[in-house]
Amino acid sequence: MISGLIGRKLGMTQIFAEDGTVVPVTVLEVGPCVVTQVKTLERDGYQAVQLGFGEKKAKNVTRPLQGHMREAVEKSGRDRFFAVLREFRVPDVSNFEVGQEIRAEEVFQIGQRVDVVGRTKGRGFSGTIKRWGFSRGPMTHGCKNIREPGSTGCATFPGRVIKGKKMAGHYGNERITVLNLKVVDIRPEDNVVLVKGAVPGARNGIILIRKTNRVK
Amino acid sequence: MGFDVIERIERDHMRMDIPQFRVGDTVRVYTKIREGDKERIQVFEGVVIRKRRGRTNATFTVRKVSYGIGVERIFPLHSPQIDKIEVVRLGKVRRSRLYYLRGRIGKAARIKERIVKR
Repeated sequence: MISGLIGRKLGMTQIFAEDGTVVPVTVLEVGPCVVTQVKTLERDGYQAVQLGFGEKKAKNVTRPLQGHMREAVEKSGRDRFFAVLREFRVPDVSNFEVGQEIRAEEVFQIGQRVDVVGRTKGRGFSGTIKRWGFSRGPMTHGCKNIREPGSTGCATFPGRVIKGKKMAGHYGNERITVLNLKVVDIRPEDNVVLVKGAVPGARNGIILIRKTNRVK
Repeated sequence: MGFDVIERIERDHMRMDIPQFRVGDTVRVYTKIREGDKERIQVFEGVVIRKRRGRTNATFTVRKVSYGIGVERIFPLHSPQIDKIEVVRLGKVRRSRLYYLRGRIGKAARIKERIVKR
């Protein structure tokens, strides 16, 4: 079976476990994904399945992409093109064909561990406090170094700033993988998977969810 | 945009069997307590001094004076640990947070009874 699916972050909430403890969960809309292309050893040199997820109007999809997706869209009985295409490696492609629909409950089980890949919220050019968690200087008594980064290094020796020094700069809007999250619940009627803990990105952000390769 | 999905999930984890009560009411909360593999029920009776609204994250605070020491306990309203809630006495109060009870003892900490007209 395939190791992961494409999804969308819906938001967070908290639910009760059976023993009464409160579990913070992220609600992810996962699938249904449609196979848009099967990559074989003979033709492509490796085995993978390309999946499509989401909806996009025809006028917003380029003609070459429309042609690429058409077969999958028609065979799965849809009238919209996919918004996202992603590839997943599989050990054996013989069970997959273009237009096949894969749902969350076919891939994931409750209690399983998963990794979630997302794009973090962009924070633009951020200072060292937000970006690296530096502490702030005193607010009063005439201090003028409230959010300053402080010293960046030594003196005449070595006479330069050491590489990798944490400084202000662009922060966020990068691909982050959160490993080993527990699947708390799966609701097939809503195509929803609940994972324990936070997931990178804003609401409605595209995420990839896959079975973890970390040992429990 | 998915908010209704979250609302439905939260609704499934909410308890509809909790009776209505207001701030100022005296309630008896029966909580399930696990000790090893035995389960027993503990009762906590006191005045509701605060209710925090919300769906699954709604809580309420109950205050009682136990052997001369004020004890407050915060319960998640929809917790499965709560066996049942009994409303013992209806109270008539004019504010939503009864923190002023903390500074009072004995007669001064009384709350008028609310008479429900039918």
